[in-house]
Amino acid sequence: MPSNVSYGQKASWGLTLAAWGGLLFLHVPILIIFLYTLTPDETTYTFPLPGITFKWFGVALQRTDLWRALTLSLRVAAVATVAALVLGTLAAAAVYRSQFFGREAVSFLLVLPIALPGIVTGIALRTSIGALDIPFSYWTIVVGHATFCVVVVYNNVLARFRRMQGSQIEASMDLGANAFQTFRYVVFPNIATALLAGGMLAFALSFDEVIVTTFTAGQQTTLPIWIFSQLTRPRDRPVTNVVALFVMLITFLPIFFAQKITAQSADTEGGSK
Amino acid sequence: MLQRLSTFLYQRPRLVLALLLGPPMLYMTVVYLGSLFILLLNSFYYLEEFTGLIVREFTLRTYAQIFEPANRDIFARTASMAAAVTVADALIAFPLAYYIAKFASPRLKTWLIIAVTIPLWSSYLVRVYAWKLILAQEGILSWFIRLLHLDGALNWLLSLPGIGGSSLALSPIGMFIVFVYIWLPYMIIPIQTALERVPSSLLEASSDLGAKPFQTFRTVILPLAFPGVVAGSIFTFSLTLGDFIVPLSLGNSKFFIGQAVYSYQGTAGNIPLAAAMTMGPVIIMIVYLLIARKLGAFDAL
Repeated sequence: MPSNVSYGQKASWGLTLAAWGGLLFLHVPILIIFLYTLTPDETTYTFPLPGITFKWFGVALQRTDLWRALTLSLRVAAVATVAALVLGTLAAAAVYRSQFFGREAVSFLLVLPIALPGIVTGIALRTSIGALDIPFSYWTIVVGHATFCVVVVYNNVLARFRRMQGSQIEASMDLGANAFQTFRYVVFPNIATALLAGGMLAFALSFDEVIVTTFTAGQQTTLPIWIFSQLTRPRDRPVTNVVALFVMLITFLPIFFAQKITAQSADTEGGSK
Repeated sequence: MLQRLSTFLYQRPRLVLALLLGPPMLYMTVVYLGSLFILLLNSFYYLEEFTGLIVREFTLRTYAQIFEPANRDIFARTASMAAAVTVADALIAFPLAYYIAKFASPRLKTWLIIAVTIPLWSSYLVRVYAWKLILAQEGILSWFIRLLHLDGALNWLLSLPGIGGSSLALSPIGMFIVFVYIWLPYMIIPIQTALERVPSSLLEASSDLGAKPFQTFRTVILPLAFPGVVAGSIFTFSLTLGDFIVPLSLGNSKFFIGQAVYSYQGTAGNIPLAAAMTMGPVIIMIVYLLIARKLGAFDAL
């Protein structure tokens, strides 16, 4: 694989500087939030901080509105992830195992919700909910989230299927295993980490989503909607800092592990080719 | 029992295909395409001004409203922002992508890819929020600018008509910075993927044949990485076009498309106009995708 061979020359100073500058630009702003969780200042974003305090963590823990928003977000993300796992894996299996008319269209349809601006999905669902007189509920949020989570699982699982050797499945069938045994003992172990990676990404994507949710939640408040309301009308600045930090961490971990899994499996598979 | 079912299914590959494909396609068709269709339908209705009710009969009146000067300005403003953000992202992303693809050691490369991918998936809203802190008038950026005695330059920049505003946190310049920041990873990854596919031997051949590094860059690397740039631009352009979080958080009274859609469907209750406005980004993106396909961007995805 050419990608494993780095170019024989050293990077020029200018390039190295520009590259690391870009990387700093990508990550330093997040650190600023860490800093601000410690500010005693309630009404402005004054820098340098007028002092240091840890009290906002305690204050945030006491807020029942935050707990309600967090619970709703977790419930939505959990169910949207399960739906995405089932639908995404089914679609990936269908596309992998057979040639059929419209195979390209399947990929296209699944990727559409993330290729088009989020507001298109949002306003389309909002319009339909209104036109069909469906009351806003937990389920309207879940259904909206599932539409854009499916593609994440689909991509991960399909990529794994394509690296899997078809001969393994044939061998299993030849040795007398039925389709279900083959799935349980051959296919599933092969795709398990892809499911895990896809599932974690889908979870993070849903937990964090605000654009589509704005249109499908009605009066309900998910954690991202709570933050969004603070962005436009800041009332609880210090508590928002703590919440932002928390959301960072809760989405960072699954994404980090999903990336590690994907990178590892790509390494081991890549070596054999 | 399972054995018989297994044999039964094995003999009917078409049925298996239908069983596998059925649920996801049904879901996506009914929920997603169905909604898009209802959206399209609604864009041909109109809102009766006096009663505030939506009249459900076919008309092009709502689309005509889009071409009124106020709405035309919104489209122009949003499209120019999207274009500016795309260019800036390409300029910042290219060196980093090039470094990751061709110069980083394998170990460093793994970490750099993770460092670029994590912000792509995570905490969009939190990352916007970070800039609210940074750009605030009393915040860290202003403090830094005063430290460098550049406040004169900043005030001059903010006084410029069209892009200026009362402070960085409430101006198109601020929005531009935030857009560039949040969509940057979407540009880095496709460029890096495209550059990975350029064989290093090609670059060595170029320098063996006497090309200076810049000549190699201009005549070999750039043309081969261009599909990656186009692929990245699909994301940066599309995402900027439809975003309403950034304009609502950092913008002023001058609307962007997403913001207009958001407010038309909300307080105004004018769903037909919101629907028709949304068709703008959809059409722009379809045209963009068709051009991008011609330029080979899909191979770089």
